[in-house]
Amino acid sequence: MNYVLPSLRLWLVTILVCVVGYTGLVLAFAQTFAPYQANGSIIEMNGRAVGSKLIAQEFAGPRYFWPRPSAAGYDGMGATGSNLSPTSAELAARAAETVARYGATDGNPVPADLVAASGGGLDPHISLDGALYQADRVAVARGLDPVRVRDLIEQQAAAPGAIFAPERIVNVLQLNLALDRLEE
Amino acid sequence: MLSAILTIILIVGGTALLAWPLGRYMAGLFSGRFARTDGLFARMVGGAPEQDWKQYSLALIAFNIVMFGFVFTLLATQHMLPLNPDGQRAATLDLVFNTAASFTTNTNLQHYSGESTWSYLAQIGGLMWLQFVSAATGIAALAALARGIGGKPTMGNFFVDLQRASFFVLLPLAIIIAAVIALNGVPMTLQGAAQATTLEGVAQTIARGPAAAFVAIKQLGTNGGGFFGPNSTHPLENPTFWSNAFEMVAIILIPMACVWMFGRIIGRPKHAIVVFGVMAALLLIKITASVGFETAPTQAFLNLPVAQDVGNLEGKELRLGATTGPLWAVLTTSTSNGSVGAMHDSLNPLTGLVPMAGMWLNETFGGVGVGMINMFLYIVVAVFVAGMMVGRTPEYLGHRIEGREMRLAVLALISHPVLILGGTALFAATAWGAGTLNNIGAHGFSEILYEFSSAAANNGSGFEGLGDNTVPWNIATGLVMLIGRYLSIIVPLAIVGSLMAKRRSAESAGTLSVESSTFGVMLLITILIFGALTFFPAAALGPVAEHLTFMR
Repeated sequence: MNYVLPSLRLWLVTILVCVVGYTGLVLAFAQTFAPYQANGSIIEMNGRAVGSKLIAQEFAGPRYFWPRPSAAGYDGMGATGSNLSPTSAELAARAAETVARYGATDGNPVPADLVAASGGGLDPHISLDGALYQADRVAVARGLDPVRVRDLIEQQAAAPGAIFAPERIVNVLQLNLALDRLEE
Repeated sequence: MLSAILTIILIVGGTALLAWPLGRYMAGLFSGRFARTDGLFARMVGGAPEQDWKQYSLALIAFNIVMFGFVFTLLATQHMLPLNPDGQRAATLDLVFNTAASFTTNTNLQHYSGESTWSYLAQIGGLMWLQFVSAATGIAALAALARGIGGKPTMGNFFVDLQRASFFVLLPLAIIIAAVIALNGVPMTLQGAAQATTLEGVAQTIARGPAAAFVAIKQLGTNGGGFFGPNSTHPLENPTFWSNAFEMVAIILIPMACVWMFGRIIGRPKHAIVVFGVMAALLLIKITASVGFETAPTQAFLNLPVAQDVGNLEGKELRLGATTGPLWAVLTTSTSNGSVGAMHDSLNPLTGLVPMAGMWLNETFGGVGVGMINMFLYIVVAVFVAGMMVGRTPEYLGHRIEGREMRLAVLALISHPVLILGGTALFAATAWGAGTLNNIGAHGFSEILYEFSSAAANNGSGFEGLGDNTVPWNIATGLVMLIGRYLSIIVPLAIVGSLMAKRRSAESAGTLSVESSTFGVMLLITILIFGALTFFPAAALGPVAEHLTFMR
């Protein structure tokens, strides 16, 4: 009995401070200083949401750059990785399908990030090499000069973490939006 | 290679620098430096009498029962309550039991995906609340243990300690981390999922919610339970390289500071340096192994025309860089955090062994508060063995370690492998485990072994391919988490209670110094022999067998 009442009072005070107060404070901060990020980094075009800058979406046609494979089927409500072991035969079979889709050959191997599924299945980026690998396909499908497409990729590519992570990556949705603008 | 080394120095070195002043501050806080707020905290709970080890433990258990009861009720009734914009339905009671046990015990094992299971109220009002108070429970227990072993007549008052830890340690740090990751792109909204139409004209629903507040305390309190299913691999939970850096620092900051806090409260900062050194040595060994093993390319792609030049990319996110997946895997399992920055199921076999080893040892900084408590058990054993070797009465800080204390210490230490190996044996031999695997052969065995290691160590990460939302898994891991948590808090407090009842002797020239590097080596050997001998056979059956079979 000596412990029940203090425990209940402790419940109340911690709920008020750590849940109500803390959540309210962070919510007010985020909605005031970073409303775009706080609401999911949603990209709008002509008043319609076309996706989130941070969430991969499926691109299947040859006119667009393709994102990394997704074990989640690009479902924004069901993020997941493949959870397959790197030694798994199932993973080898899945990779063979992806390789065939890109038409890769021993003389023209596809960059690994285009074959390996990401952790959450919603990785919005591909590597710079992965984008350049697709440049010719996109240029042909759109009747564009491949040099212009490559220039566009170079403009969009950035190192995610300065000297700590210098390998440049490209946001697929932003690249594809820029591609559409190129044709206008 | 260079960027990998720089990243490790940035994260581990940077955190170590921050942990020193934080530990100093925490020692002051728990030594009564802020008398006015301590008085306020005492009034909040209707008075704060000094407690001995039994009273302190009873208070801790009483409040933890309230924690479990409240969140169990909230999770079970979420579909009838407000703040449920995505219309989450009632969850099964076995999942509710597992989740309530998981977050009450600071484990955060998740047999569900947050965005498709829990309402915002359940996540914020229930799970996030537990992420504060379960972490504070561990810090409070360490403060009590340090007071007792350091020569104070009582252990303090649990209800005051819990408020000190919640409001003056966790809360201010959580506000800072939440603000930083919110600016980096972690959502913080009460609106339901966003609806979009993709450039190719397909409908896409994008989960969001009050994630920034949740993720900050998840990282700081060695909780690890993600707002979204795939934890910090989800781009909205970890949007940039820099959010990732802050989240990794948050994993080990308080566990590191706890060592300094312990050293200051017992008045032996040099002893804390030795303990910190042992922990740091183990951490660096594991980081080197993990990052090194993960540079091997994905085995499944080797016979295909795939250009692999940055190691195994399956289950990893490009924006986080090549090194951070295996680095995070070590940090999160050295501490009992359990969040992930890459999918552990898809790590190379030997890389996957490193997080398992972290959970088996469970004291490389360890969980907030409880990591140092686990290390205390190893110290007791090391002191005892050293005393036997030189033929002197084993003493720790002037306390004579005798049969009763040793029996308790061994009980707590041996319960860990019994829970892990016993559970793994049962589930590997029956359809309870064998019917839920995502991978076959040795890797499937690793999935079961990992799950029980994670539950017993109160870690919470997983080889997530395992189909673990079943009644047997929910009940078994729920029980293992509860036993693993409370045994390893109450038994050490009982040991200290027993030591406090005895006369403390003055340390002489013949006493084993716990401030020397000799003692550090002794402690390291004790930990390695204990861990290696107990778990080596299981490791051989899982990750080692997989490596030898497939990796050429």
